[in-house]
Amino acid sequence: MDIVKADNLVFEYIRRDDEGNPVDVTTALDHVNIDVKQGEFVGILGHNGSGKSTFAKHLNAILYPTEGTVIVDGMNTTDESRVWDVRSTAGMVFQNPDNQIIGQVVEEDVGFGPENLGVPTAEIWSRVEESLRAVGMLEFRYKSPGKLSGGQKQRVSIAGVLAMHPKCIILDEPTAMLDPSGRKEVVRAIRGLNDVEKMTVILITHYMDEVVHADRIFVMDKGRVVMHGTPREIFSQVEQLESLRLDVPGPTRIAWELKKKGIPLPDGILTCEELVKEIQKCR
Amino acid sequence: MPLILDHVCQVYNADTEMSVRALDDVSLIIPEGQFIGVIGHTGSGKSTLIQHLNGLILPTSGSVYYNGQDITDKDFDRKELRKHVGLVFQYPEHQLFETDVFTDVCFGPKNIGMSKKEAELAAFDALRKVGFPDDLYYASVFELSGGQKRRAAVAGVLAMKPDFLILDEPTAGLDPVGRYEILDMVSELHRTAGITIILVSHSMEDVAMYVERVIVMDKGRVAYDDVPREVFSHSEELEKMGLSIPEPSKIARQLIKAGLNVDPGVLTSGEAADSIYKALMYR
Repeated sequence: MDIVKADNLVFEYIRRDDEGNPVDVTTALDHVNIDVKQGEFVGILGHNGSGKSTFAKHLNAILYPTEGTVIVDGMNTTDESRVWDVRSTAGMVFQNPDNQIIGQVVEEDVGFGPENLGVPTAEIWSRVEESLRAVGMLEFRYKSPGKLSGGQKQRVSIAGVLAMHPKCIILDEPTAMLDPSGRKEVVRAIRGLNDVEKMTVILITHYMDEVVHADRIFVMDKGRVVMHGTPREIFSQVEQLESLRLDVPGPTRIAWELKKKGIPLPDGILTCEELVKEIQKCR
Repeated sequence: MPLILDHVCQVYNADTEMSVRALDDVSLIIPEGQFIGVIGHTGSGKSTLIQHLNGLILPTSGSVYYNGQDITDKDFDRKELRKHVGLVFQYPEHQLFETDVFTDVCFGPKNIGMSKKEAELAAFDALRKVGFPDDLYYASVFELSGGQKRRAAVAGVLAMKPDFLILDEPTAGLDPVGRYEILDMVSELHRTAGITIILVSHSMEDVAMYVERVIVMDKGRVAYDDVPREVFSHSEELEKMGLSIPEPSKIARQLIKAGLNVDPGVLTSGEAADSIYKALMYR
């Protein structure tokens, strides 16, 4: 069952002059077709300005399609009577953790979402606990968010979304502002959500190594989906990714350079372990 | 003229329970013409360190010398120092504030006392050096891409014609190609304009690829100060500091463990591929 389905989605930003006449039209999304199944881990890659974030904003009805449709869990996002249902189905996590935390205490912040949805108090507390546990932040529940590191704050933001019991969580470059250890924590938490909690995850990122374990990857460029496939399929196309201003994971690049020199390695090596294993076979 | 830090300590909130020793007996010589990378875990003192280099923060004890003068002396002109030591903060594009790019870049040089004409010439020169597209000189900063904004912000500092250029994570939030473009641009400034570069980075791969000297900060102290190859040979110690070694170095080490004769000092994927190739072909 598709939890998210974008069908020929077009989105245009229209700039208007003072009288309201259109002066300029930018097509930010150009006939995008992306479908995500329940329980999947989908990565969306693309350089700055490729349309990734514009797409994400369509998934919880922050933006509406100019043409085409976006269906989230059977609901059309343009159906005004279902806007709140769409938003509680597809939870969003953004780049900057400092902009997403409002509570004075971690558990209060995580409880804000469900409280806002009218969830009974007793259930709010049980949701807060399970959400903080899912991202490994339960021991910080009585702390002040101001005292946390970037990675910890971002995990609290994720818990805040989880507490609303969405069916799908969309993360828009959640690690862009974090240091390497913060990135690791957050990526581990996200993978855990998908593996353990069976949460549908859509991860938008610039970091190739974060989507190595995704089920499928969509690559966007100039508002279009230009590549689509498993990580192995995508990352075996090093030159095409480079022409799209992207990169490949480190081990994939080394394997690709060795192949160019004539070492018979298979396509689409993604991790350090795979590379070491394959090189040993060549001896 | 070199910048010299002599037994510099910085204690925030001294004499309170919150007292933090952000810099602990740091002594460094930064001669003109080097390309230096500063790495360290969040909270290791990197940012505090660089703010001492242009007198934004004065040491609690110890001294900073520029041009043979102690910058903490009462009669030392710190405004003059800031003309020579330019500092580009993280996310510098948040500090663009003028109506168009060119006016914004002119602000710095005018502020340090250049005439309008001088400032404009300096701004043209700086925008050209950072490779800013000339058809966008009079564009609003809101019309620029992430990478363009970053260039404009660097140009604003460069227009003051500094001898030292300090950049605090200049590639944060950029896509892979955007990252290389900014680092190539900085490298070019070092090579052709002879500007001393101090690059604060979270990316071991970037540091390994570009700089000639690495300063590793840990708990307010200088843990290592050496050429990249030497610094990154301490993989276990770096790991303990919450840092890592570049990914190609990790792969080389695993292959050595597996019995291949690979150079343990490789730093980039190109070097790793060359060394692995040799190990496979000439056994």
